[in-house]
Amino acid sequence: MMVKLNLTKRKFLSLAIAAPVAAMVAMNSSVANAATIKVAGIYTQPIQQKWDARLHLALDAAAKAGDIEYVFSEKVANTDYVRVLREYAESGVNLIVGEAFGISKEARQVAEDYPGVSFLMGDPFKPHGSNFSVFDNYIHEPCYLMGMIAGSMTKTDKIGMVGGYPIGEVNRLFHAFMAGARATNSKVEFKVNFIGSWYDPPKAKEAAFAQIETGVDILYAERAGVVDAAREKGILAFGNVNDMNKEENGTDVVVTSALWHMESAINNAIADVKAGTFKAEDYKEWTMMAKGGASLAPYYEFDSKISSDIKAKVAKTQADIMSGSFTVVINDEQPKSTY
Amino acid sequence: MEDTFLFVVLTLDAMLRVATPLILCAMAGLFSERSGIVDISLEGKMLVAAFTSATVAALTGSPWLALFAGVSMATMMSLIHGFACITHNGNQVVSGVAINIIASGLTAVLGNAWFHRGGQTPSLPSEARFMPIELPFAEAAGSIPIIGTIYKEMISGHNGLVYVAIAMVLITWWVIYRTRFGLRLRAVGENPQAVDTAGISVAWLRYRAVLICGLLTGIAGTYLAIAQNASFVRDMTAGQGYIALAALIFGKWKPWHALGACLMFGLLDAVAIRMQGVSVQLIGEMPVQLIQTMPYILTVVLLAGFIGKAIAPKAIGIPYVKER
Repeated sequence: MMVKLNLTKRKFLSLAIAAPVAAMVAMNSSVANAATIKVAGIYTQPIQQKWDARLHLALDAAAKAGDIEYVFSEKVANTDYVRVLREYAESGVNLIVGEAFGISKEARQVAEDYPGVSFLMGDPFKPHGSNFSVFDNYIHEPCYLMGMIAGSMTKTDKIGMVGGYPIGEVNRLFHAFMAGARATNSKVEFKVNFIGSWYDPPKAKEAAFAQIETGVDILYAERAGVVDAAREKGILAFGNVNDMNKEENGTDVVVTSALWHMESAINNAIADVKAGTFKAEDYKEWTMMAKGGASLAPYYEFDSKISSDIKAKVAKTQADIMSGSFTVVINDEQPKSTY
Repeated sequence: MEDTFLFVVLTLDAMLRVATPLILCAMAGLFSERSGIVDISLEGKMLVAAFTSATVAALTGSPWLALFAGVSMATMMSLIHGFACITHNGNQVVSGVAINIIASGLTAVLGNAWFHRGGQTPSLPSEARFMPIELPFAEAAGSIPIIGTIYKEMISGHNGLVYVAIAMVLITWWVIYRTRFGLRLRAVGENPQAVDTAGISVAWLRYRAVLICGLLTGIAGTYLAIAQNASFVRDMTAGQGYIALAALIFGKWKPWHALGACLMFGLLDAVAIRMQGVSVQLIGEMPVQLIQTMPYILTVVLLAGFIGKAIAPKAIGIPYVKER
């Protein structure tokens, strides 16, 4: 007997789709059984951009170590962010790492809708509900240490600082740097400029030139473009977020940099998710020095140019910060030029 | 007094540095628009040139090869614009917009694919860039009051391409007003029929105009990427092509007037940077945000009240079709 295969086009299509989906579901459940969890990274910038790069590198390292299964989307516009967030939450990931600047409210709504998913988001506000943790980069401590070195190295007693926008995240770094410089040099004065953009190297460079004209001989390069000005004018600069003492920046330009590390924060979140103890927390401390979230870059060729007296002082202050006996003040007010 | 004088001179120095790409682009637009071809793709061509020159400089280490490559690519884009608008009588604004979009997208995509740095090209060493040139006797002249200071701080020590830009204004004026080619170029922008009747090819004249336009935007883009900065950055032209276009209209399509408008934009930028955190008499310290919007506010104010009527070349934007 012949069996009449009544396979219409529509049925065939639905079968063709259903089969791989079923396979994927099967795979998913097998993953959940294993020791790895699924983590999604959602970034508004390309992963090469330095802020997002810190998150990506930390997650990538965890994936390479076999702790997690890592997927990510980059260059997600803020207007599209919530959709991407929901899609990943819907796809069954265990932890989502990303940034909620500018969409704080909407991102919290998504977290409420998916209580089974853990969220670790860059955000200036408080943790939310049971599963929405926040972080921000608190690297003011290495900035303070850099300020101490800068104060000892300036010959004109004038230090220039060029930043993006006068917002809390930037302001606190400037204030820490200034406080550090004042700790080693009571006469030091500051010139502060904001360029009104997160990424405009020509403008940052022009602002740095203008500061150099007023007698500044050390620059704090919060933004890209400033180091280039320092190199051209033959003065010194201090870096921010990533190690700027690289071949392309020329030698004898960048003394050291304040580094931000996301590894400890992310590993902590992963461990919490695995143990089922993930809560809505503020990860502020995890981006500070004591927990390995921030550090001072090596001095490289400047090791012999910084006086050993200052190096000892910096090492001592660093130890005090680590042990908690010294706290660098967090001041989010807009910094002003002092001359 | 001495300090104030030095401050003014240094601000003017910064003005020249910032205005250079604007000047080159305005002259480029002047050639194209005087021939009757609207060119809003100055921005895109500059961006393509910036990307090409930064890439070539990174690969070969030669700024001269980079300049050549940047100019070639910008000229290619110009020819595409010309092919659409002159040969095929296409809409000039639409073609210009298309070029801008292609430039912005293509440079980012290729940059990402080749260098994996989020659309940025590798940072260049000094040998692969055009560096500032100290004019002769600058150090010695510095001790002479006023004139010496002006010479040392403001005139000397610029990038070679800054001097090229200033020279271009003179050359543009000479070509447009003192040569046969210039006369025909102006005529073809006002009344192409008359030019055609005289037995001169309208299409060939206009092609030459857009070629010159490509050449100048190419120099502007190269300046941005390997002279003013040390690498290409995504969308680094940041609207300067449009500002140059505004300067061209400010300057009523005349070289010296356009130069003045470009320098004004440069000066506003240079002043805005220096005004931050400085107290002004009567007003007090102005907020950063207000200072940053100042160039744009002044643009509107000046456009609205001070420059008078700007009359465009008569045949601008109209494709030329021979009577059949």
